[in-house]
Amino acid sequence: MTPPEAPAPAAGAAAAPPPFDGADLRVPASAGELFRAFHALALQGFGGVLPVAQRELVERRRWLTQAQFVETLSLGQVLPGPNIVNMALMIGDRFFGLRGALAALAGLLAAPLLIVLVFAALYGRYAQHPAVSGALRGMGAVAAGLILSTAIKMLPTLGSNAMGRPVSVALMLATALAIGWWRLPLVWIVLGLGALAMAVAAWKLTLRAA
Amino acid sequence: MHSLMNGLLWGPDLLSLADLLALWLHFMLLSLLAIGGAITTAPEMHRWVVGERGWLTDGQFTTSVALAQSAPGPNVLFVAVIGWNVAGLAGVAATLSGTLLPSTTLALLASRWGERRQHMLVVRAFRAGMAPLTIGLLLATAWVLAEPLRHQLGTPALMALAVYVMLYTQRSPVWPMAVGALVGALGWMN
Repeated sequence: MTPPEAPAPAAGAAAAPPPFDGADLRVPASAGELFRAFHALALQGFGGVLPVAQRELVERRRWLTQAQFVETLSLGQVLPGPNIVNMALMIGDRFFGLRGALAALAGLLAAPLLIVLVFAALYGRYAQHPAVSGALRGMGAVAAGLILSTAIKMLPTLGSNAMGRPVSVALMLATALAIGWWRLPLVWIVLGLGALAMAVAAWKLTLRAA
Repeated sequence: MHSLMNGLLWGPDLLSLADLLALWLHFMLLSLLAIGGAITTAPEMHRWVVGERGWLTDGQFTTSVALAQSAPGPNVLFVAVIGWNVAGLAGVAATLSGTLLPSTTLALLASRWGERRQHMLVVRAFRAGMAPLTIGLLLATAWVLAEPLRHQLGTPALMALAVYVMLYTQRSPVWPMAVGALVGALGWMN
């Protein structure tokens, strides 16, 4: 695993879950353990797997620091394909090469694929039931809250960002507005704001080295 | 019995092998365009599968997406449901492997490239520069998910519950999800 850029500060330790400062990092014992971990987290992931992945991989199993999780997600988001699938591959690959990547991917997809196909076969019969559509709306609101909590937990990593906290927070808010409010295509944001952010980061990193 | 098996394997309309190949190739192409997740290519999938080929109705397409989001696991599995509705298990194999093969190969190559060059300026600048955008994108996703539910009084309460559980307890997100499903099923999200 790659060490975090700079040792993250103790991050306020605001929450009850364990700290994310990279102390006491562990590694999975085998590709089998990777499979089981991704299998278990995929089955808890209703309406999105990312919040569960953060809880399981960073907070409970401690295979990654919060900063490493953000980095892996960054790459997963910029590349084409589902973020969580890309993350599973990269994390598995770093621990056990191609074997680990495939174990993590299989764990992530096998059981949910079976479940969703059974749902698809049964759906026509229950779709019109008001309790079913109501339950889906309730789950949608919770899914939104879970994603929000994932973002909140990542906030402290910006404190040690090479661009400095004010610039980082400004870029974060600009991205949230551009995508959430104005609904601009992600490609523009990556090519525009992303290029700008990388240029600023490169400049600051060069200054720091000099 | 025989026709039931055929329905499972090949779907209701018995697509030709050429059609299955076309389905596979089209989803392979979309895979490489799916920056921000497979769901970002849903409009183009809709245009092709519903509009151009007429393999699914509008309603079938929409419920395929909603269905996958209500089930556990990655949301990308909506492509498997689309494949299932078009051509049974053969359709699942075509859409799912088509969606995953190109993007997973690219992700592995990019990850290894970056790992070997983690001290190069461009890799370090990527890590520092993209982190705020990544977090901003999550904030936007939360907003986009909550926006259609903004008229329901239960929405802020359920969101607050989810945030509380994740920040201040060690419980699995399955618990707030179960509360959300119950609250909605009782009709409090109408």
